[in-house]
Amino acid sequence: MGMYRIKFDAGTLLLSTHRLIWRDQKNHECCMAIPLSQIVFIEEQAAGIGKRRLFVEQSSTKISFSFQAFEDLSKLMIKAKEMVELSRSIANKIKEKQGDVTEDEERGGIMSLTEVYCLVNRARGMELLSPEDLVNACKMLEALKLPLRLRVFDSGVMVIELQSHKEEEMVASALETVSEKGSLTSEEFAKLVGMSVLLAKERLLLAEKMGHLCRDDSVEGLRFYPNLFMTQS
Amino acid sequence: MHRRGVGAGAIAKKKLAEAKYKERGTVLAEDQLAQMSKQLDMFKTNLEEFASKHKQEIRKNPEFRVQFQDMCATIGVDPLASGKGFWSEMLGVGDFYYELGVQIIEVCLALKHRNGGLITLEELHQQVLKGRGKFAQDVSQDDLIRAIKKLKALGTGFGIIPVGGTYLIQSVPAELNMDHTVVLQLAEKNGYVTVSEIQASLKWETERARQVLEHLLKEGLAWLDLQAPGEAHYWLPALFTDLYSQEITAEEAREALP
Repeated sequence: MGMYRIKFDAGTLLLSTHRLIWRDQKNHECCMAIPLSQIVFIEEQAAGIGKRRLFVEQSSTKISFSFQAFEDLSKLMIKAKEMVELSRSIANKIKEKQGDVTEDEERGGIMSLTEVYCLVNRARGMELLSPEDLVNACKMLEALKLPLRLRVFDSGVMVIELQSHKEEEMVASALETVSEKGSLTSEEFAKLVGMSVLLAKERLLLAEKMGHLCRDDSVEGLRFYPNLFMTQS
Repeated sequence: MHRRGVGAGAIAKKKLAEAKYKERGTVLAEDQLAQMSKQLDMFKTNLEEFASKHKQEIRKNPEFRVQFQDMCATIGVDPLASGKGFWSEMLGVGDFYYELGVQIIEVCLALKHRNGGLITLEELHQQVLKGRGKFAQDVSQDDLIRAIKKLKALGTGFGIIPVGGTYLIQSVPAELNMDHTVVLQLAEKNGYVTVSEIQASLKWETERARQVLEHLLKEGLAWLDLQAPGEAHYWLPALFTDLYSQEITAEEAREALP
């Protein structure tokens, strides 16, 4: 397998959460995109006045871009390199924590972004991440083929879950638990299963959305029952 | 007739003039670049001086932080947007607020079982200061508000509700609309509210008042007191901090995180 060298001149560079995109300045139809997960190496090189040059190594191809944008470059460099590093370190930190499973602290493959924020920043001690930094890094997890992903529930609650974690399967076991007890509130369910109330509620809401549970909303709180319309038809 | 400016000779002349302008243009650009380079160097030095002079002050002085933030707002800069941002790194202002964010989350989690996820800014301030210990940097209410505004990006329900002369901080994703907020503001005076009070002050119908109170009960933000004299009292634990003689320690706060 040989190495291919390609040169792209006079264009504009864009960085999205998943790709590096180069577009020809003159012919806007002509563009190329590299998935960030395939970038092995990235470096700025010398270029003429009014121009910048970026060298990118992707699997078996070396690509060189030259473009005009001054201010974009430093942001790009920081973003591309550091975002990749950041996402990887976050994934590691979460994995470490997943690894310490104690009897009453089984996380079940899912964590709220608030928990991740505290976890990661407490571990860092300094050069902390802003909430926005964390959200942006987490958006890249899936693209970087890391075993974690960011998920946003309908309510707006954001979580990180293991790729192997199938929330829809957890719903099936949630239905069993609720059926056993007749009915459960989010707090009761959370206590039984050993999850945070926030995530317990999201799981029950998902179960309801999928038609397995139905709700009884009263002053006493929100209580979930197995959906007998489904099971007894 | 011989017209000026037309003909092979004129075109050649024009081309020569253009070439000369282009050359001059390039020379100018190089000049500009050299000048800009020098200015950039000076700017960098000044900025480094500014940073070293004020880095300490930013960490120690809440008043200074407010002024610094106001200045940034005026020029359209958000120094807290990213920990990797220029201001954040140069002045270390990011770490201060992001760490505060962690402490705020921990306090809110520790007290959630009592107040349903609603707490006054005063109580939050007290608890955070307690958690930080005697030798930590001073933290003002303005600092807390700024840190909380950033936490909203995490998607788990942080909100700031103005009541009376202060704020209620919401840390769970309970839906609170205008009606709920207005009733919370009404309750701020005594720590509780009744249906008649709502009718008298807000001129609402019974049904509307009932629905709002029911929602607050459901979300765990209000407690129903049927034994109060007269009619039922709806207490808001978030507003009634005298009830709590218990204090939480920093250790308890950390353990509250599942």
